[in-house]
Amino acid sequence: MATKKFAFVVKSLPYKTEASRLALTHAIASQTVEIYLEDGDNVEPVLAFIGDGVLNCLRNQKAMNTYGVTSLEQHIKNSLLLDLKVLICKEDVEKFGISEDALIMDAEDIGGETRANIVAFSEIMKEMDSSNHLLFF
Amino acid sequence: MGKLTIGVFSSLVGSLSLDFAVKLSEAAIKKGHKVDFWVSGNATMLSKKGQRAFKDYSALEKKLQELFATGNFQATACEACAEARGYRKEDTMDGWKRHSMDWYLASCFSADKVLHIGGD
Repeated sequence: MATKKFAFVVKSLPYKTEASRLALTHAIASQTVEIYLEDGDNVEPVLAFIGDGVLNCLRNQKAMNTYGVTSLEQHIKNSLLLDLKVLICKEDVEKFGISEDALIMDAEDIGGETRANIVAFSEIMKEMDSSNHLLFF
Repeated sequence: MGKLTIGVFSSLVGSLSLDFAVKLSEAAIKKGHKVDFWVSGNATMLSKKGQRAFKDYSALEKKLQELFATGNFQATACEACAEARGYRKEDTMDGWKRHSMDWYLASCFSADKVLHIGGD
């Protein structure tokens, strides 16, 4: 019986490529990975947004209206609904001049209780150091 | 003997990441390791059969068949990513499996090392 921690680190811009969407869908797939594992084994995902990747966390995305596809905001909220740990790099948020109220910090509107956290990059480094595998997107 | 899981997300044509990953797989297998190979996003085009081998573009079908024949290489394509691109099950090259993304995470779980090569 073991739990292995995977860090999904998103550094890509939203919508420019598929990378951040794939990060979110792969991280959310951790919720069904047990079907392939031995009893008692599991994956603990951590989702961290750094660099340009913090722009994925902006609120009020209109992807469905503009492109006819689900927004990354919806995926981030789904992650919070599923109680994934979501970290947003404080230094990069400040670099872009983004205030906390412009970011997706919770999924209360869909019944989520877990909140995203804006943390120093040193905290994200600690999460990466303590992870079994790093997956950069 | 160890197990290496390689996930690749960039396309076959337009990037050399898949070429590198397949060469790395071959080297690992020659050293006696097993390789799980996952493709997602644009990389799912690697699993499409019937691609013509032009000299100007990467073509890896022959190399993949050699790797499958070793018995130490398994390759799986993200089913949703493939379907979204119009690659149906019947379009898939012999030897490939198709699964959802949780297969990749499970493979990472049991891997000694994971090499995750992002896309684009």
